[in-house]
Amino acid sequence: METEGSSYDALDLPVAMIEAGSVAAGEWIVVWPVALALLGAGLLVMLRGHKALQAWFAAAIVLAITVSNLTLLVTVFENGPVALTMGGWLPPFGITFAADMTSALFALAASIATLVVLVYAQVEIEDREYGYGFFPLLLLLLCGVSGSFLTGDIFNLYVWFEVMLIASFGLLSMGGTRIQLDGTLKYGFLNLLATTFFLIAIAYTYGLTGTLNMADLVAKADDLPLGPMLTVAALFLFAFAIKAAAFPANAWLPAAYHTPKVAVSAVFGGLLTKVGAYAAIRILVMIFPEGRDMLVPAITALAVTTMVLGPLGAMAQTNLRRAVGFMVIGGIGVILGGLAIVAPADVQGMAATAVARQGLGGAVLYGFHSMLTLTAFYLVAGLIERMSGTDDIRFMGGLYLASVPLSIMFVVLVFAIAGMPPFLGFWPKLILVEGTIRAGNWVLMVALLVNSLLTLVAASRLWAHIFWRNGEEGARSEQRNTRLRVLEPREVRFGLMPVIALMALIVVFGLFPNWLFEAGGVAGLDLVMPDRYVDAVFAEVPN
Amino acid sequence: MNTVIFRTVAPGLAALMIMYSIFVLLRGHNEPGGGFIGGLIGASGLAIYGIACGVTEARRALHVHPISLAGFGVFLAALSGLASLLVGMPAFTGLWWIFEVDGTEVPLSTPLIFDIGVYAVVVGSVSAIAFALEDDDEEMD
Amino acid sequence: MEVALAGLIAAFFAVSLYLLLSRAVVRMLLGVVVLSNAVNLLIFTAGRLTAEIPPIIPGSQYVPIEGAANPLPQALILTAIVIGFALFAFLLVLGYRAYQELDADNTDTMRLAEPTDAPRPPLSY
Repeated sequence: METEGSSYDALDLPVAMIEAGSVAAGEWIVVWPVALALLGAGLLVMLRGHKALQAWFAAAIVLAITVSNLTLLVTVFENGPVALTMGGWLPPFGITFAADMTSALFALAASIATLVVLVYAQVEIEDREYGYGFFPLLLLLLCGVSGSFLTGDIFNLYVWFEVMLIASFGLLSMGGTRIQLDGTLKYGFLNLLATTFFLIAIAYTYGLTGTLNMADLVAKADDLPLGPMLTVAALFLFAFAIKAAAFPANAWLPAAYHTPKVAVSAVFGGLLTKVGAYAAIRILVMIFPEGRDMLVPAITALAVTTMVLGPLGAMAQTNLRRAVGFMVIGGIGVILGGLAIVAPADVQGMAATAVARQGLGGAVLYGFHSMLTLTAFYLVAGLIERMSGTDDIRFMGGLYLASVPLSIMFVVLVFAIAGMPPFLGFWPKLILVEGTIRAGNWVLMVALLVNSLLTLVAASRLWAHIFWRNGEEGARSEQRNTRLRVLEPREVRFGLMPVIALMALIVVFGLFPNWLFEAGGVAGLDLVMPDRYVDAVFAEVPN
Repeated sequence: MNTVIFRTVAPGLAALMIMYSIFVLLRGHNEPGGGFIGGLIGASGLAIYGIACGVTEARRALHVHPISLAGFGVFLAALSGLASLLVGMPAFTGLWWIFEVDGTEVPLSTPLIFDIGVYAVVVGSVSAIAFALEDDDEEMD
Repeated sequence: MEVALAGLIAAFFAVSLYLLLSRAVVRMLLGVVVLSNAVNLLIFTAGRLTAEIPPIIPGSQYVPIEGAANPLPQALILTAIVIGFALFAFLLVLGYRAYQELDADNTDTMRLAEPTDAPRPPLSY
């Protein structure tokens, strides 16, 4: 089955396509996460009236998707990338779904985060939201996110972006309070603009190369002259920078992410911006490596400003979820930083590959960490808001007395998000800092460390104001905060417990990071040298 | 919009448009037509009915909630793509059952089921938007 | 022909950017429509312009006739039109709702999510 990417040139393709053989059911593994989510979303829309049935059904489907993603990750670990081309067409003509380590890691984190949010939703979603279709929209969002991670076709990636966008519109405006309308309008216009620029870049790519299949593009984009390639790469970077909320284009995120329900905030903060970052990694690194090399100064500038201004913004907030939103932005800067790690000009060959590989491995792992940690952060923020009945950190003081476990979890999150050992966030940051040293990119190295410090300051300031201080701002220290209440049993069962489970995952991954190092190494290598990815996609083409 | 002429003509016009939309849906695949364009025609028919006779009346005429219809369409379309799992082909491979009824060849296929799904999605979602815009008090969803 | 279309696309982009930079939501919506049409034309042109032979394969053959139009951009544009239409419809309803609820079509006065008179962050610690 091992074939070269170019061997189909000599083939009588129409005949080959009609005679194209059957595929093993095992190769469907790359389709199941998307197919299950789509089926589930459709079914749940029809079941909108049945409240009890909905939650169970949604949980079962997301659990199945998580298991499927786990199987996919194990398969990719053992056998390398997997691919399936739809409709009995041969690549590059059919729409290909392909997953390498990067895709599998991101898809798994997305489904885990959604599963946790789904359980948390039990404390938050009321009858009205059942009517608006919270669960189908959540599944549709997961469908779009999984599709973005697993597709191997650029235009199909655009379609999944839009599926995600439509679902996020629905979730964001659900309930239709005035503040939500305001947030959704800004989110809507800027994200629509981003996907439109993505489409412009796709049009140019198609005009230049005549193909949209990622594996096919890997070979064909190499022949492009530098000028057009730089144009296309810059357009992609611009579109994904808006989508990922990198610094100059980040205004939509803090305007929108604190307005909806906490469950929606959590799933948005965990998943959406990471899809933009993933697409930037996939397209800039795998398909347009020369374009990426030319854009390194720009990416460095974007990454450094985003990394520094994110946590600085978080410090200046009084609204808790808005502060977390700025931390999402800071994390995006770190992922983009991984894209800017390339070997200095005098290092060539395998040594240069090793440097780029390290940066990308770190970026992918940081994305994985960021998806889990930020979802947990938003959910903890939601529990804090429920206990204090406000979203203003000035009035939250004294929570330590009201809930010790929440306080401990918040401390763990403070360390995890700042990249302190021994939690999950530490290891990708370590890989990235080492990568910057090997690349000789000192600005980026300093920025990464400053980002950790500033995030630590911003997050521990939140902890000090919410938990450490005895009462509200300005109150005397012996005066208790009267607005606090303890969590009800239902809130503990469905609110606190899933967050504790997610935190346990973050801690365990942090304490046993060996497989993560291995996965990051494989992910980075497959991005820098996508031979295995291309082989997997073209494996079905007969010789 | 509440003239006698319009109110008299609208039900007939809507019925004609919905029938024509099904014709367009079925002649798709090998001829111009298909689920999307058919669905738009069908939704326009419902929208006209809504303008003429009121949104409440149009919703009652549809029997099911338009959003439920859209969900059914998504479900059906996704299911038609998975049918090829049974014969060991990649997802969304077209499967055909061609048989003769009274001397006429009737081709049934998974692409047709997919198209019917698309038709339901378009009719459901577009008419939901149209109803929401026509009826100010209606909730947005 | 390509040059003429390129000029048209440029004009579309200019119009849409001008409209998008406006403060009024209605004008921004119109800008979105023009922008998506500009991109559709761009895809069409990027797929090369050919004489008018429809890309339909005759019943007896496996491949289209020589010189037939490129069907892929047509499929891409159709998809983009559908998606653009859905998003536009949603934004239209949203803008209308915002106009009703916020009583504003001017984005400058939409400061509910980020109030201009927001309190200063606490300065302790």
